[in-house]
Amino acid sequence: MTGAKFGPFSVFKHAILWVAVAMILFPPSVLVLNAFKSKTEFSQTSVFKLPSSFLNFDNFGTVMTRAHLDRAYLNTLTIIVVAVIGNVLLGTMVAYILGRFEFKLKKTVLGAYIAVSFVPTITTQVATFTVVHNLHLYNTIWASIVLHLGTSVLQLFIYLQFLHNIPRELDEAAMMEGASLFRIYRTIIFPLLTPATATIVIIKTIDIYNDMFIPYLYMPAQKLAVVSTSLMNFSSERSTEWELMSAAILMIMVPIVVIYLFFQRYVFAGIVNGAVK
Amino acid sequence: MTESLSYAKQKKLLIILFLLVPIVLLAMFALYPALYLVYLSFMSWDGFSPDKTWVGVGNYKEVFENKEVWAAFLHNLVYLGWGLFQNALGLFFALLLNSQLKGRNAYRVMLFMPYIMNGVAVAYMFNYVFNSEYGSFNTLLRSVGLDSLAISWFGSPHAVNHVLGFITLWKFMGLNMVIYLAALQSVPSEIIEAARMDGASRLQTSLRVVLPNITKVIELNLFLTIIGTLEIFDLPFILTGGGPLGASETFLTKTIDTAFKFNNFGMASAMSVTLIVAVIVVLSIQRFATRRWSD
Repeated sequence: MTGAKFGPFSVFKHAILWVAVAMILFPPSVLVLNAFKSKTEFSQTSVFKLPSSFLNFDNFGTVMTRAHLDRAYLNTLTIIVVAVIGNVLLGTMVAYILGRFEFKLKKTVLGAYIAVSFVPTITTQVATFTVVHNLHLYNTIWASIVLHLGTSVLQLFIYLQFLHNIPRELDEAAMMEGASLFRIYRTIIFPLLTPATATIVIIKTIDIYNDMFIPYLYMPAQKLAVVSTSLMNFSSERSTEWELMSAAILMIMVPIVVIYLFFQRYVFAGIVNGAVK
Repeated sequence: MTESLSYAKQKKLLIILFLLVPIVLLAMFALYPALYLVYLSFMSWDGFSPDKTWVGVGNYKEVFENKEVWAAFLHNLVYLGWGLFQNALGLFFALLLNSQLKGRNAYRVMLFMPYIMNGVAVAYMFNYVFNSEYGSFNTLLRSVGLDSLAISWFGSPHAVNHVLGFITLWKFMGLNMVIYLAALQSVPSEIIEAARMDGASRLQTSLRVVLPNITKVIELNLFLTIIGTLEIFDLPFILTGGGPLGASETFLTKTIDTAFKFNNFGMASAMSVTLIVAVIVVLSIQRFATRRWSD
């Protein structure tokens, strides 16, 4: 596939790709066109008409206060920060133990992580619900934090792969100098896992930001609403006010798209690593 | 503080300390729920009252004899059809991008973007694309004179699952593409160049040389797609609530409703277990086929 760069074939390729890109950008661009229109302007013009001004941010302001998006962003951010930090700590700890030491139950532990990955989490919610209830986490922000804290097989494999490439001689040299195993984890392993951690932080952030099911099921209180559930609440009240809904959808959608555009390298690394494991 | 302990002792201590919390989490939120689910599937329980009664395989019987459950399951098959098409498109675009095309990374970033978007936001966004009166799609159809095609997309029992299937394709095609692309890039370029030197056309090289080298990844993508279509939930849940008249219920929306709307946790558990078994069956068939293939 080393064809000429500017041949007719490559023009054809670009044409097909542009059609695909247009299909992807069509729905969001309609939102952009209408999020800047006033109520009357929206009702009097076609959905494809440009707004009279792209500086009319009234809808965004209205949505921010009426849908309590400030609170939703804050709740989501809190969950992301606490869960991701905990998740990275626990994930590196498990990887260090499973990647560096031999012990009796090692295979069992690894096997448990793999077995669990075949059970789609959404199907076990019926049972998880009672666990969350009995731990008194229902309708607290901890429900979401705790459920996102655990290491997944995908993360474990990414960490184990990286750990495998950290030479054991480093550990041994540190041991010669009398460093404790905990110290080796803290000063050698954890820092050297940073590239893998970067991937996991990004993937996990996107996961938690986009999660709808856990907050919907376990955190129904209005004041605990995250971005996904606040958009659902807002829609059930004013789904007919399109110019407002357009602004609301964009405000939920854009932050994660920006993060993706900035950190795409890590996103792709995570997806590819996970798939080809 | 552990500096003075022998390494053998340190090792033991560290294994226990480091695995304690992760294992507790795994046990509480993954292993236990899975086992508890199996237990519940043999019980009659409303989710609240302290007493559960043993009903044996009664719940499973109900699942398999319930016409609505089967109807919902058939809707999942519509998604499967779109999922297979999505796979073909993903492979097609991966092949297109696996060349020295100008701006190929920009294309990859664009085509993958829907996958990372918030699912709830995507659902509502498409609500405004396919709305019958003001939706941008029908507006587009009317502006080119195709008024008769501008139907109520979410209101038609025949169209609704296809529209939802299309939205799934829109969102997940990029995932398949990125996985295919990574696999294609791992095919050694010498093999491809050798084929080209021997006079094989571009198409021939793709079909006869490249594709056989990535069968494992094709299977992986198909597996992901099948599992994904079995687990379709949030789109119909948010957009149609299963309507009109249950025309867009899927196996999982039905399961969740059975538990949290109708408080029939026993039957919902039986449905969940059935789904998990289905996933494992699909996986085993795939493993078996792979082994057959490579022998």
